[in-house]
Amino acid sequence: MINGISINYYLLLSAVLFIIGAVGVMARRNSIIIFMCIELMLNAVNLLLVAFSTLHNDASGQVFVFFIMAVAAAEVAVGLAILSMIYRNVKTIDTDILSNLKN
Amino acid sequence: MLLGYTITQWLFGILSFLSIMFGLMVVFSRNPVNSVLYLVLTFFCIAGHYLLLNAQFLAVVHIVVYAGAIMVLFLFVIMLMDLNHDNEPQKTWLTKIIAGIAGGMLLCVLVGSLKGSEQLGISQYGSSQIGMVKNLGKVLFSEFLFPFEIASILLLAALVGSIMIGKKEIK
Repeated sequence: MINGISINYYLLLSAVLFIIGAVGVMARRNSIIIFMCIELMLNAVNLLLVAFSTLHNDASGQVFVFFIMAVAAAEVAVGLAILSMIYRNVKTIDTDILSNLKN
Repeated sequence: MLLGYTITQWLFGILSFLSIMFGLMVVFSRNPVNSVLYLVLTFFCIAGHYLLLNAQFLAVVHIVVYAGAIMVLFLFVIMLMDLNHDNEPQKTWLTKIIAGIAGGMLLCVLVGSLKGSEQLGISQYGSSQIGMVKNLGKVLFSEFLFPFEIASILLLAALVGSIMIGKKEIK
């Protein structure tokens, strides 16, 4: 229990947010939306890390979340640079058209 | 106490409902700009959850980094690519239904596997103060000093890399 809220509810909330992100990755064609859904999945995991860190009174979990945020910022910068480069060359970021790696 | 629940429990319920709703809207809205704005709202709800968990530092950093920096970057790129339309091509219904079923099954697996954690009987000791800036800073700059410095190198590498990728042509 954290402030009267069972850890199970945090587990459930994080699982639901993670699944929403996963379904978004599978069901959308726009690369930027897929990227945003990945951010949503990252945040679901972050939330659970903070919840367990508070439950166990251990600061390591929150420091870990801090590092995840730094890595996510770096990832977004590089990923959006790659996407804008692809758009400049192919004029689309639709994942069903950008399937050259398949063949 | 309100209907047998404390204020914290009410806040948790409302924030959870809002974050799941906005999360669904991110996936279902047609216009990418609307998706970005709903994602910002989701991040604000998650920051509210951090506040409920007594992690003030992370709540502030979350708002500054995600809502302030990352989402503005997303919005900027969407405007740059001129994707602000409602009629972008969609996946077929079959693919969407399969994605929904796969997600639902994954949710069942996750919930089923986590169901037993109720018996762990772990409970928080006293009120937690570890989320305060002072305590977190002490841990970050003593125990995790080396990873902290490595993170700066990672950010530098990302900066150089994104500039190199984004340049018009590399001579």
